[in-house]
Amino acid sequence: MVRQAQAENKYRTDEKGRFADFGGQYVPETLMHAVLELEKGFKDAISDSSFLREYRRILHDYSGRPTPLSYCERLSKTLGGAQIYLKREDLNHTGAHKINNAVGQALLARRMGKKQIIAETGAGQHGVASATVAAYFGLPCKVFMGAVDVKRQALNVFRMKLLGAEVIPVHSGNGTLKDAVNEVLRYWAAHSDDTAYIDGSVVGPHPYPMIVRDFQRIIGDEAREQCLKQTGRLPDAAIACVGGGSNAIGLFTAFLDDSVSLYGAEAAGKGVATGEHAATLTKGTIGIIHGMKTYLLQDAYGQIKEPYSISAGLDYPGVGPEHAYLSESGRVDYKAITDDEAVAALLQLSELEGILPALESAHGLALAFKVAKTMRREQRVVVCLSGRGDKDVKTIMHVLANHERRGKRL
Amino acid sequence: MTVRMEKHVTNAKRMLFIPFITAGDPTDEATVALALMLQSLGADALELGIPYSDPLADGPVIQAASQRALRHGENLNQAMHLVKEMRTQGFDLPVIIFTYANVLLQFGIDRFFDEALGHEVDGLLVPDLPYEESKSLADQCLEHKISLISLVAPTTSDERLKRICDHAQGFIYCVSSLGVTGMRKTFHPDVYPFLERVKQAAQLPVAVGFGISSRDQVAELERYADGFIVGSAIVAEVGQRAEQLADSSMRAAAIQEIKATLDQNLLAERVNRKPLASNEHE
Repeated sequence: MVRQAQAENKYRTDEKGRFADFGGQYVPETLMHAVLELEKGFKDAISDSSFLREYRRILHDYSGRPTPLSYCERLSKTLGGAQIYLKREDLNHTGAHKINNAVGQALLARRMGKKQIIAETGAGQHGVASATVAAYFGLPCKVFMGAVDVKRQALNVFRMKLLGAEVIPVHSGNGTLKDAVNEVLRYWAAHSDDTAYIDGSVVGPHPYPMIVRDFQRIIGDEAREQCLKQTGRLPDAAIACVGGGSNAIGLFTAFLDDSVSLYGAEAAGKGVATGEHAATLTKGTIGIIHGMKTYLLQDAYGQIKEPYSISAGLDYPGVGPEHAYLSESGRVDYKAITDDEAVAALLQLSELEGILPALESAHGLALAFKVAKTMRREQRVVVCLSGRGDKDVKTIMHVLANHERRGKRL
Repeated sequence: MTVRMEKHVTNAKRMLFIPFITAGDPTDEATVALALMLQSLGADALELGIPYSDPLADGPVIQAASQRALRHGENLNQAMHLVKEMRTQGFDLPVIIFTYANVLLQFGIDRFFDEALGHEVDGLLVPDLPYEESKSLADQCLEHKISLISLVAPTTSDERLKRICDHAQGFIYCVSSLGVTGMRKTFHPDVYPFLERVKQAAQLPVAVGFGISSRDQVAELERYADGFIVGSAIVAEVGQRAEQLADSSMRAAAIQEIKATLDQNLLAERVNRKPLASNEHE
């Protein structure tokens, strides 16, 4: 965040929250006051050094930052290409990068005098992070979650309740993440006078993609510094998974002006040709969803399609507008990784390094393995290990049992 | 602006009644029949909603209508043809297409204007396209004589209100309460000073929507506004009779029931509708 005023203007949002033609504020008039107030509040906070100090202090004292950059010796040797380094966001409090943003936005909410926090969640990770910071700051918290997801993610629902949050099942639409986002925005429109909406990713109307980016860029800023310190130079490539894309933006932002190759891994689900995927940049078209112009999965009439991925955190029909821009400008190369590739990468990292990654992060790993194999051994790749995989153990058990039944190895 | 919009809305001499229905809810035939019924009930314009999978500004009643219409694949193209069909059956009120931005974007803006002309559409309302995002569409609307209807809300600042009103077309749509569309028993007391603010800033008729479901509310509004928009209260009646409306042998009876209910609940005072409320409360 310290570096943000520097030479990155080329990739900064303009005054109206645009990344070239992407982004914007496509929201009903009832929400305009809320987003304009937030924009003002954020710009004011982010230029206040005492606010930034407090943000960093909490992440240090409460979440354990800085997270390490771990060199994977056995994995790198096995792959036989570039050396792999992991940015260990899994070692954050609550087990994922989501807390970086949740702390920042909750701090902002308190500064703006808001009395309540609301958030959306798909798999429950951002819901848990929001419930956590709400407890930390002593603010009541409502988490909107698709009714289908409430059933699928019973454990995280229970975790949020333990943390004192109220989980509100959303029955509208298909009862999934996209509907939870619609519902939280509807609620916010009616309650923005005393309520702060904590958006979980670099999506939604301006200023959210900018706010979440600025609260997540600590990932890349630390990784850049650590890489210089540990290896004496910058990495040759940096790689992260992309659902909405907050951990990826967090990593990429620090390297945009460096000669570092950047790669994003989208979820190809059962394959991009099957229709069952969440590969927004690979297979989507430009449209408007949740207040932003970006790439999204939709039919010819503009109705939003339900995405699919084994990883609930990548299961989003849109993608952050900055990613749409970075993709179109060619600065970042986005590739789709299938369920099977992600699970195979998860197993390999577990066995070779003793690190169980989240299924989301495993998509980034799988892409990193492919890229690293094409590189020389003296080159280096930094992968954002965005979260730990404990939450996914049940899913992985099912997958492995199915594969065993069919006599297939991953 | 079309001649129809000018005659029935902008230059109207009575309190405007602008109903909203969702195209294709529950069928295309029912939509045409409902439009004709609303005309006979004394409507001054029609808002025709295009169903969308993710209707951010709408409450549960209109969300459900969207789902009913989407189930048989209703889309913007079909809805525009419905307007033409209404016209051939004698519907001569202005029609305002209410569509979310993404549906319009995928249809194609140029194509929309081509078809709007051919199908005698008069207005366009894009609920998720605020003033700041609507400049180029507003210019194109002016060029094609289609009125782009702007929304203002109680939280709209004076500065934005002025800008929105200065560039408004057709009429000003005042959102009576924050949040989403849907029926509410009473208005928040803050709505009246808000409406006075809008009346001050507006050169066009000021119509109030969101939450209107009773004739008492309409009577209250008459002192402050030039018209009222009713969506959920009508769509809820349609939803309750979706099966009958979809069945050609039962449709006419269902339409008559809805007409009687709306007349009773909303419009019983209609004979007393006063001329445009401007200046009356001053």
